[in-house]
Amino acid sequence: MEFQLTEAQRALQDAARKYAREVVRPKAAHYDETATFPLDLLTTAWELGLLNMAIPTEYGGVGLSHLEQTLVAEELSWGCAGVATSIIANDLANLPIILHATDEQKKRLLTPFTEKLKFSSFCLTEPEAGSDVANMQTTARLDGDHYVLNGAKCFITNGGQASQYTVFASVDKGKKHKGITCFVVEGRPEGLSVSKHENKMGQRASETVSLTFEDVRVPVANRIGEEGQGFAIAMATLDNSRPLTAMFSVGIARAALEHSMEYSTQRRTFGKPIIEHQAIQFMIADMAMNTHAARMLTYESAWLLDEGKRNSLQSSYAKCFAADMAMKVATDAVQVYGGYGYIKEYPVEKLMRDAKLIQVYEGTSQVQRLVIARELFK
Amino acid sequence: MKILVTAKRVEDPESKIKVKPDGSGIVQEGLKYKINPFDEIGVEEGLRLVAKHQGEVVVVSVGGKEVQEQLRHALAMGAHRAVWVNHTGPVDQLGIAALLQKVVEKEQPDLVILGKQSIDDDQNQVGQYLAEFLGWGQATFASKVESMESEQEKNKVPAIVLSADKKSVQVIREVDNGLATVECQLPAVVTTDLRLNQPRYASLPGIMKAKSKPIEELTPAKLSVDVTPAIQVLKMSAPPARKAGIKVADVPALVEKLHNEAKVV
Repeated sequence: MEFQLTEAQRALQDAARKYAREVVRPKAAHYDETATFPLDLLTTAWELGLLNMAIPTEYGGVGLSHLEQTLVAEELSWGCAGVATSIIANDLANLPIILHATDEQKKRLLTPFTEKLKFSSFCLTEPEAGSDVANMQTTARLDGDHYVLNGAKCFITNGGQASQYTVFASVDKGKKHKGITCFVVEGRPEGLSVSKHENKMGQRASETVSLTFEDVRVPVANRIGEEGQGFAIAMATLDNSRPLTAMFSVGIARAALEHSMEYSTQRRTFGKPIIEHQAIQFMIADMAMNTHAARMLTYESAWLLDEGKRNSLQSSYAKCFAADMAMKVATDAVQVYGGYGYIKEYPVEKLMRDAKLIQVYEGTSQVQRLVIARELFK
Repeated sequence: MKILVTAKRVEDPESKIKVKPDGSGIVQEGLKYKINPFDEIGVEEGLRLVAKHQGEVVVVSVGGKEVQEQLRHALAMGAHRAVWVNHTGPVDQLGIAALLQKVVEKEQPDLVILGKQSIDDDQNQVGQYLAEFLGWGQATFASKVESMESEQEKNKVPAIVLSADKKSVQVIREVDNGLATVECQLPAVVTTDLRLNQPRYASLPGIMKAKSKPIEELTPAKLSVDVTPAIQVLKMSAPPARKAGIKVADVPALVEKLHNEAKVV
C-alpha cells in the first residue's frame, strides 16, 4: 500500500491548483451570479491540457490515469464546482468512445479535441428516464447507412456550446435496456435543436440545456459498440466518472473547510475568536475528518480502475459518501459564518448550493445506495 | 543559441516559515517548496528567446535529490534538458558560483540567466560572482516598465534583445532612479527582476513530457570544485514582533509625533 503521490502526480496537482487559484477563483462569483458560460476559463483550461485529460496519448491526449484525474478534479472543484463540471463534461461525453469505440472511430472522434477547443455533451438523461435509464424514449431507426434519431434529452451539460454529442437511444423500446445503443452525433445537424437553458440553484457556471432530436441522421459508422450495448456502455462510463464527481465533492468541502478555518480565527464573540469555542472546534474537526475520509474512498475507487478492476461498489461508496459529506460540510460552513454565511458577498453559501447538485447528478445518493446494496448481495 | 538558466529550490512563500527553537535553521517539516520565482522568470525569458532565435534552454540546480522537482517544473514549462549538481551539505554563494562556473565551461552557453536573488536568503550575489569568475559581461535586474498583465505588454519591445549578428545582447535593467539600458557582448550573464515577464503555467502535456526529458547528474567532486563554505550560519532568529500602533487625537498631535518622535517631517 502506498500513500504517497509521485513527483509527476504532485506536479499535476500543483498545475491544476495554480489554475484553480489564479484563473478560476477570481471569476467564480461572477459566473455564479450571471450564469453565463465561462468560455475564457475553459479556453485557458484547454491550453493547459485540463480539458480532455482522459484522452489517451495515442490519440493526442495526455492520457492521465484515473487517480491522476481525481487529483486534478479536486483542485478544479475547489476553484469552482460549476467550472469543474463544464471542464469534465468533455471527458464524460468522450468516455464511451475511449472505452468502446474502434481505433478508426477514436482517431476520427477524439483527436480533434486535442487539436482545437471543442465541446462535447453526454446525452443520456430524459424527462422520463433519469435513474430509470431503461425507460428511454429516444429512438434510433436504421435507414440505409444511417440511423434516424428522434426524442428529447434534458439536463445536458454544455449542450448549447457543443459541436459533438454522445447520444443514447433505443433501437427497440420493447427490449427495454437491451435496446439502448450509443451514437456520436457530429456538429449541429439538421433536426437537432437546443431548447431550454435551465436556471439552476448552483453550479451556475456550467451550462445545462434540453435537446430535441427530430429525424437527426447519424451514419452507421458513428455507432459506438453494437446495437443494444448502449446500457452497458453508459454504466461503464458512469463507473469511470463517479470517482471524479466524488472528488468534486471533496473540492467543495475543502474550500468550505478552509474558509471556515480562516473565518473562525478572525470572527470574535464573547471576547475571543470563535475558534476558541469548543462548539466551533468540533464542527471544524468533523469537516476536516469527513473531507479526508471522502478523499481516501475516492482514491481507492480510482485506483481500482487503474488496476483494471471493477469498482462499481467502491465508486458508489465514494460518490454517495462524498456528495452527502460535501452537503453537510458546506451547510456547516454557512453555520460557522452565522448570518454572514447566508449573504452572497461571502463565499460559503455558493458552496452549499453547488454541493447539492452532486447528491443529484450522475446517480442520486439514493441510487448509489441501491447500487451498494445490490453489489453487497450479489 | 544555448541558454543556461538556474532553478533553485526555495520554500514556498505561501507556507508559514518558523525558526527552530535552537536557532539552527528553519522547521522543514510540512513545508512546501517551489522554484525560486526569479528563476522561474528566467526560465520563461529563456524559452521566449529560444522561441525567437532557436536553440535550447538548459536548466541547472544544486542540491539533494529533491531539487529534481524544480528541474522537472522548468522542463514542464518547456526547457529542453537539465543539469543536477548533487550536493547535500552546506554551501555558500561563492561555492554555488564556482559550481556554476564549471557547468558553464562544460555547457558553453551563449547566455546565462539567473534570478537576481533567491527568495529564501535574498543574497543577490551569485549572478555577479559568476560573471566575475567567467570574466563575462553582466546585466543585472533585467526588467520592464509596465504591468506584466496588460495586452500592450506582450507586444512591447522585450527587455532582453539579441543583436542581429547574435554577438551582443541589449538589456533594460531596473535601477534606483529608473531604467538603464546596457549592452553586453555574448556570452554574458543576465539576472532577472520581478517585472520582466509573467511565467507561463506548466501544462499537463508539458508535465507528462518532462518525465522523459534527461537530467544529467554531476557532483562537486566531478566538477573539481571545493565547496567548503567561507560563510557559516551561526544562528537564525525571527524578526522581533512589531509593537502595536497608537491612536492620536487630531492632526496637530500626529504632526507633532511625526516631527519629534519619528523625525520624518
